[in-house]
Amino acid sequence: MTEEKMLKVEKIRRGTVIDHIPVGRAFKVLKILKISSDPGVTVSVAIHVKSKKMGLKDVLKIEDRILDSSELNKIALIAEGATITIVEDYDVIKKFVVKLPDIITGILKCSNSRCVSNVEGSIKPSFTLISKNPLTIKCHYCEREMETDEIMESIS
Amino acid sequence: MWLNRDIVSIGDFSVEEIMEIIERANKMVPYASSGHPARPLSDKIVATLFYEPSTRTRLSFESATMRLGGKVLGFGSLEGSSVAKGETLSDTIRIVNSYSDAIVLRHPSEGAARLASEFADVPVINAGDGAGQHPTQTILDIFTIWKEVGPVNGKSIGFVGDLKYGRTVHSLSKALSMFDVSLFFISPEELRIPKHIKKDIERRVPVKETKNLDEVIEALDVLYVTRIQKERFPDLEEYKRVAGIYVIKPSLISRGRKNLIVMHPLPRVDEIPSEIDNLPQAKYFKQASYGVPVRMAILDLILRGE
Repeated sequence: MTEEKMLKVEKIRRGTVIDHIPVGRAFKVLKILKISSDPGVTVSVAIHVKSKKMGLKDVLKIEDRILDSSELNKIALIAEGATITIVEDYDVIKKFVVKLPDIITGILKCSNSRCVSNVEGSIKPSFTLISKNPLTIKCHYCEREMETDEIMESIS
Repeated sequence: MWLNRDIVSIGDFSVEEIMEIIERANKMVPYASSGHPARPLSDKIVATLFYEPSTRTRLSFESATMRLGGKVLGFGSLEGSSVAKGETLSDTIRIVNSYSDAIVLRHPSEGAARLASEFADVPVINAGDGAGQHPTQTILDIFTIWKEVGPVNGKSIGFVGDLKYGRTVHSLSKALSMFDVSLFFISPEELRIPKHIKKDIERRVPVKETKNLDEVIEALDVLYVTRIQKERFPDLEEYKRVAGIYVIKPSLISRGRKNLIVMHPLPRVDEIPSEIDNLPQAKYFKQASYGVPVRMAILDLILRGE
């Protein structure tokens, strides 16, 4: 299915389209958004979609759900560069590319069980972006560096 | 620039700043045994909060404070403290903040000192946070190299023993990689330096990894020995075999460079037998004694800012 055709076929009335997800990551995005366990939300998943820009990509269409900024930050962690389109009444009201912030706060916990951020309940875990490729972030407190797999497991 | 500055992680400091501490520490050496005549910290109170026991570190901080004319308060174990009653670290720090001019913290959780520094107005010095950072130990190690073999740049430093779990090695090798040095990591397969640390260090300086101390001893200016802990090995025989390889013998030392020095963060077990102690290369007791002038320099800088 070409990109152009797919968008024509599967237009949604209201919701969020996440395009340009790195191939193989669509289900991870669904997992961190905790949508798989919500039967009230209709999701269309397209994987291995041909893309001029990326070769292959994944695409998600989530009906009747507008993502908030915390959810967008989580997506940026595992699918940086994904395009988010917010649709209301079949019209695109907002379209942007998710970008990783330099400081990532509150969306994942440190993978180091001895880190003080896992011990003191009132502390918001915070991470600094060290590198985008390969994705590496560093805990503000214990300075542990985490890469994609650990990050995936630590997203709350 | 120094006044009220937290000393949390060695990574927060530039080479120039580390050298500034080292030069000040050098000036403190004579006062570390007799006390500073000007008593520059006579109006200051330093709190030492030790959530885990560490006699040497705590006593050297307290000695450093008192040698500068300051006073100390705090605890060396949790027994009877409010912590034993379940108080959070952030609450304890908020309280102690109003009782003292600086807080020295040893805590089992990694990142505890960074957290404390966010709740304290007074400067916080990290005296070891679990397997994390222990920046004043790192600075006193660099001071020992500087003092005993001259400028750090151009030196070859070899670490031998437990390079996997040894916090001292991780922190010191990272700090040394900011200088122009060559680093050698000598360990059994099971206790190799963690990959992420090696990768980071290799971006800046040449690194060689080997199991064989014999083959590199002649290339070293500094041999930094660490203890191999029995409990790291599931098999006692395997431990004995490995630990035996890295016992430092006089014959090994004699093959080293003329100015080679041997360091060790102490306590040692049998990786350095006592017959080495009287060799001119043995600097580990001196290294331990430098804890006081280095901590005097740091306290003086952050409490007086000049």
